Amino acid sequence: MSAAVSAAVSAAGAVGAAAQVVLVAAGAPVLVGLMRQVRARLEGRAGAGFLQPWRDLRKLVRKEAITPDGTGPIFRTAPLVLAGTALVIAAVIPVATTASPLDGAADLFAVAALLALGTVALALAGLDTGTAFGGMGASREMTVMALVEPTILVSIFALSVPVGSTNLGAIVTSTLHEPQRVASPASVLAAVALAVVAIAETGRIPVDNPSTHLELTMIHEAMVLEYAGPDLALVEWASAMRLTILLGLVANLFAPWGIAGASPAMLPVALIAFAAKVAVLGGALAAGEVFMAKLRMFRVPELLAGSFVLALLAVAASYFLVAP
Amino acid sequence: MTPPERTSVEVNAGALPRRAAALLDGGARLALVAAHHDPDALRVVYLFTHPRTDRRTELHVVVDPADPVLPSLAGISFPAGRFEREMHDLYGIVPEGHPLPRRLVRHHHWPRGWYPMRDDAGPPPEFGDPAGPYPFVQVEGPGVYEIPVGPVHAGMIEPGHFRFSVVGESILKLKARLWFVHRGVEKLFQGRLPADAVPLAERVSGDTTVGHTLAFCLAVEEAAGAEVAPGAQRARAILLELERLYNHVTDLGALCNDVGHSILNAQFGRVREQLLRLNAQVTGHRLLRGGVHLGGAVLRTIPDPDVLRSIEADVAEIVALALGHTVVADRFTGTAPLTARAARDLGALGYVARASGLDADARRDHPFTDLRPALTVPTAETGDVLARFQIRAREIGASIAIVNDLTYGTNPGSATYWPPLDPPPAPSGRPASGVGVVEGWRGTIVHRVELAPDGALTRAKIVDPSFFNWPALPLALSGAIVPDFPLVNKSFNLSYAGNDL
Repeated sequence: MSAAVSAAVSAAGAVGAAAQVVLVAAGAPVLVGLMRQVRARLEGRAGAGFLQPWRDLRKLVRKEAITPDGTGPIFRTAPLVLAGTALVIAAVIPVATTASPLDGAADLFAVAALLALGTVALALAGLDTGTAFGGMGASREMTVMALVEPTILVSIFALSVPVGSTNLGAIVTSTLHEPQRVASPASVLAAVALAVVAIAETGRIPVDNPSTHLELTMIHEAMVLEYAGPDLALVEWASAMRLTILLGLVANLFAPWGIAGASPAMLPVALIAFAAKVAVLGGALAAGEVFMAKLRMFRVPELLAGSFVLALLAVAASYFLVAP
Repeated sequence: MTPPERTSVEVNAGALPRRAAALLDGGARLALVAAHHDPDALRVVYLFTHPRTDRRTELHVVVDPADPVLPSLAGISFPAGRFEREMHDLYGIVPEGHPLPRRLVRHHHWPRGWYPMRDDAGPPPEFGDPAGPYPFVQVEGPGVYEIPVGPVHAGMIEPGHFRFSVVGESILKLKARLWFVHRGVEKLFQGRLPADAVPLAERVSGDTTVGHTLAFCLAVEEAAGAEVAPGAQRARAILLELERLYNHVTDLGALCNDVGHSILNAQFGRVREQLLRLNAQVTGHRLLRGGVHLGGAVLRTIPDPDVLRSIEADVAEIVALALGHTVVADRFTGTAPLTARAARDLGALGYVARASGLDADARRDHPFTDLRPALTVPTAETGDVLARFQIRAREIGASIAIVNDLTYGTNPGSATYWPPLDPPPAPSGRPASGVGVVEGWRGTIVHRVELAPDGALTRAKIVDPSFFNWPALPLALSGAIVPDFPLVNKSFNLSYAGNDL
């Protein structure tokens, strides 16, 4: 590859990376709105419209920034860390392009660690408030995270085994070239495991209820109870982005079609394809939630342990059940 | 219906524990304790009701206002101990030998020595600094910590402070601190003519309009010697069941919502709206205000039996969907059981008692109109959230059967026998008094009123079933986990306003 071609590729990749950050940042609240709208319609309510989360964010941003007495820098910086990690992940993972100039950082372990960094920052902020709810939420979130993170790692690792690389871009590209691999036992097991932990990580039913007002049952909401105004807006926005990222990761790892390589012409198609995939997944998740109830808190580890076992089986299958 | 037999006995303070114990041993229930500030003395009335015979027995004890001391009955009756603490806070009557003589109604910022229900109390003085901290029992041990919740909550609910002592997520101890909504309702009754006090009775607890209004009207009618026609009593019974219906349907939906199953809540909400609109057709008010009045009742229209039957089928279907859902059933089953023994000791009432196996229902035990044969009283054994859910679901069917039975041959219109046709009974030296007992949707409501010779109210005492049931909640919750608290709380669904008057 000549230097000129290489430069063109990296320029296209940079445009692609920028475009996917913008898409995730702008689209995440719309996804949340869409999911709420799906739920509302299925429950026979009119719903507030899929732009309502953006209206809520605008309202929150215009409010005065206040922080509780006695909280320190951890409380103030946690929303920034949360949003920052979400944006970095949005830039590096194969959302619309596999040729991101930050592709080197799109490593499986780096992405899982970035997700965990955001969660830990928020949990520390919950502890920093010194309130019972912050501590309770942080303790529950850590319990969930301790069970979720290994599953994310192991299930994506199962996918990386046939590829021979833990780079997410490489996994996606390889799936594009060998689509039959999606139907392999390892891939199916990993898909189920990843879907379960994505639900848990984003605080959806049956693990957590994002729309509850009952303080004592909250996990994620309990940690952020003390946030208000622009800080709360940042937390809400970042949480929506994390949901989008996890759904997008599930979508592109198991159905990468439509994603752009190095070609800039494919980029608009790739963005639309990604939005459609995530919207379908989100809609399906919301529709599934309507018919679900929240698990008893002590049943959550059983669910997550089950998904971890699936992920382990996926790894085993990827070694032993290799197509000849 | 012949009016129930009520006997009043004057006893002196020394004989009170013996007499009370004899009545309780005879199967009576301590339904109400009311203090009165007569011109020359303080007087305490203990009302006992006998569930099998519907006999009501009152013990009157006169107390010296200069040294207001009574022997405590807390040792033989748990509810009596709570009534005594209430009496101490509002009248300054000291229960001697009470095992826990702490404040109940008046929080610590209320001034010492000021008893708002006394006639000479005057306007409330300035609230001062809290007289000492409120002593919560500290649970100690490795890993034990406290979670304080409320009195301001994230949802639109009434104020209550809950202090959980927990290890991990398991509740070791829960202390519910209530009494944030004291409005002095009983004092507002005093001096009003009964007809002017009916709107007040309608607002004692917003979701129990008919229950409290009816208990108040029954009490006033008994005091004034007014007889209410059987047709009007049946109209009142219809209204009482309509109130039970909409509240039960609301709470079944809320229970589903508390386990995160919002579509069941939406469906129960749809049925609830049908019932509220039916209420508006029947009484002109969605919460049934204006339906019951002194001497009678108003029915603008008669509920259509076919509509109610379709609602019954609808509710049965949604209930079956809820209980058929494995996660919902798992969340309900075995959660926060209240044993029959605990329910009996605490004097629990209503569906809370029936879910724990106590067969108590004032519609059968203290009837103001005969509901047989439509009346059935379902009971369950397990006392958990599931039992409370199922009891209420079954009571919906039972209520609809009663309403459909009563509406047969009932005509719309207003019936009233107020003011009474007969002259009031000749003064007998003792003020005219009356008692009303009604099975509201939460449980047995008891009102007792006394009238002056000119017909004005000198005292109205209100007992909401929540007053009896609140102590059952922390008991049922010991050993439960913190995230289940909202669900359990909703399964009891006790009134804050009805408890704290």
